[in-house]
Amino acid sequence: MKPTQQTKPLSTQGKTLFDKIWDAHVVSSVENGPTQLYIDRHFCHEVTSPQAFNGLRARGLRVLRPDQTTMTADHNTPTLHQDKPVKDPVSRHQLDTFAQNASDFSMPLFYPLGHEKNGVVHIIGPENGFTQPGMTIVCGDSHTSTHGAFGAIAFGIGTSEVEMVLATQCILQSRPKTMRITFDGKLRPGVTSKDLALYMIAELTTGGATGYFVEYAGEAIRKLSMEARMTLCNLSIEMGARGGMIAPDETTFAYVKGREFAPKGEEWERKLAYWRTLKSDDDAVFDKELRFDAARISPMITYGTNPGMGMSIYESIPALEDVDEAGRISFKKSLDYMGFRPGEKLLGKPIDYVFLGSCTNGRIEDFRLFANYVKGKKKASAVTAWLVPGSWKVRKQIEEEGLLDILTEAGFELRQPGCSACLAMNDDKVPAGKYAVSTSNRNFEGRQGPGARTILAGPLVAAAAAVSGVICEP
Amino acid sequence: MEKFSTLTSTVLPLPIENVDTDQIIPARFLKATDKKGFGNNLFADWRYNNDGSPKKDFVLNTPLYAGSKILLAGKNFGSGSSREHAAWAIVGYGFKVVVSSFFADIFKNNALNNGLLPVVISPAFLAEIFAAVSKNPQTTLTVNLQEQTLTNNLDGKSELFEINPYKKDCLLRGLDDIDYLLSRKELIEQYEKERFKY
Repeated sequence: MKPTQQTKPLSTQGKTLFDKIWDAHVVSSVENGPTQLYIDRHFCHEVTSPQAFNGLRARGLRVLRPDQTTMTADHNTPTLHQDKPVKDPVSRHQLDTFAQNASDFSMPLFYPLGHEKNGVVHIIGPENGFTQPGMTIVCGDSHTSTHGAFGAIAFGIGTSEVEMVLATQCILQSRPKTMRITFDGKLRPGVTSKDLALYMIAELTTGGATGYFVEYAGEAIRKLSMEARMTLCNLSIEMGARGGMIAPDETTFAYVKGREFAPKGEEWERKLAYWRTLKSDDDAVFDKELRFDAARISPMITYGTNPGMGMSIYESIPALEDVDEAGRISFKKSLDYMGFRPGEKLLGKPIDYVFLGSCTNGRIEDFRLFANYVKGKKKASAVTAWLVPGSWKVRKQIEEEGLLDILTEAGFELRQPGCSACLAMNDDKVPAGKYAVSTSNRNFEGRQGPGARTILAGPLVAAAAAVSGVICEP
Repeated sequence: MEKFSTLTSTVLPLPIENVDTDQIIPARFLKATDKKGFGNNLFADWRYNNDGSPKKDFVLNTPLYAGSKILLAGKNFGSGSSREHAAWAIVGYGFKVVVSSFFADIFKNNALNNGLLPVVISPAFLAEIFAAVSKNPQTTLTVNLQEQTLTNNLDGKSELFEINPYKKDCLLRGLDDIDYLLSRKELIEQYEKERFKY
């Protein structure tokens, strides 16, 4: 197949935000095939990269642009005693391999355990200014969609693609379809962007946006902070979307400005002028458009074993008759796993574990919300709570803002950064049969430990569950 | 990558929807640093009891479908995590083709990059094959990549499936994306020189 140099489309049709960024990164197009897309920023962690580096070795290749890859250890790391050698020999070997790869390939941006810039990959990217508007960003992790909050095309890739990016700073991708989801109106007090996202995923189902790249728009989105936008874009993959994005605005620019790897001086001015053009044109046409009223959204929880099985905390689990026939076996299997019955209400249901953290809700604003709620209250004695900041910087800020004192006073312990109980690769596993209210992103069977039962929620619902010991209104 | 042209095989049925990659290969098995051995832990939590003994009622543990090279699954197969380990586990177990009415995007790419062919058929045809396989486990399917057809050999019924022409060519010739990209290196350098600073 022959490559053809990309030519600008002749149409005068307005462009979507996605089109503008995609078109600016096309190196060539394969005839009847995918696009060779240039990647500005690649994030890399210890679990999905070793086979890619081995691939480079096998082919005798170097990393083409080492300064465009940021490496952090996060998935397979303990959240206690990070200063000591990692106990599990298999995990330690994976972390040692990661360090060896960074060294062998002369990677300058390597943040191992304990490094001041170490943390969950999708937290440290934005907080250090690596993530910027208009970029193409990839990582061997499906929640790379987080970075779309800055008006970037950001998506998760597999290990073969990690190898492609390391070797060529490019990837072959088919152009996805575009979807715009508009949230009109305002979120009610006590409703977070996590609730908004869980509401949306319940409406669309886990495969409802497969094949699409989603732009979020509308009054409710404009009003969200950068961190709240990251939570929403993070969860785009949970409805199958390739990624989610939000046009950059003053909120975005204010967040990026001054961060270590953000542009400075004259370069900042030049980039800022470009970033201001990054929005969908008024006459841009999306392949699909959806609208929701943000004011209708309540605090949300999930009741099943995929993120699409969500409802407001006041609602009941659907009755079997309300589920379409083809899906009934899976629905029943899911409720059996969770120990719930069709039609059951979950308000007042006792829970065993609470997890605050992950790339979805492990940022300072999440800890502020949680700490503010538990201030002056006490953790329920029957509840085990894991509070895991997304990075060392987040942890430091928790201490500096006095939140650690509030949390300690309320009976909570703060751990060290990492993905932790979100995917339970480390020791932070919820025991079989126990219920965990978790601010993470997936309630799949066994996700938080074999047999663990996960109820996804935002940081406020998690805080309310932590002090009451039951599912309740925050 | 191994070449793929045609395949005739019995079918292992997994009539569950939204099978996510955490079910295909749970996270605790992702600590390896090579691509081998994941097949032993394919569907580990559905396949084994806590003591490591096989769960008798799980389809991978029944001799009925042993040796099948085609995995038949409910819609939205491979959702969730981007872990390519899911594709390595399916290939490692011995499957060459996964048939469903709908695949998650990242999984589909990962499968194709490992010579595992994801075949999308209509929900009605999928239901028919599930029924046929459940009735007669010896039912075989034939996948013809060149013709882009999936045929139920029991009744001869066939359906066309779609695949990107470039990806089809890669599979037929056993070529990787990375080979292609490496051959385009001069274009990458040219792009870096010429591009507007995004």
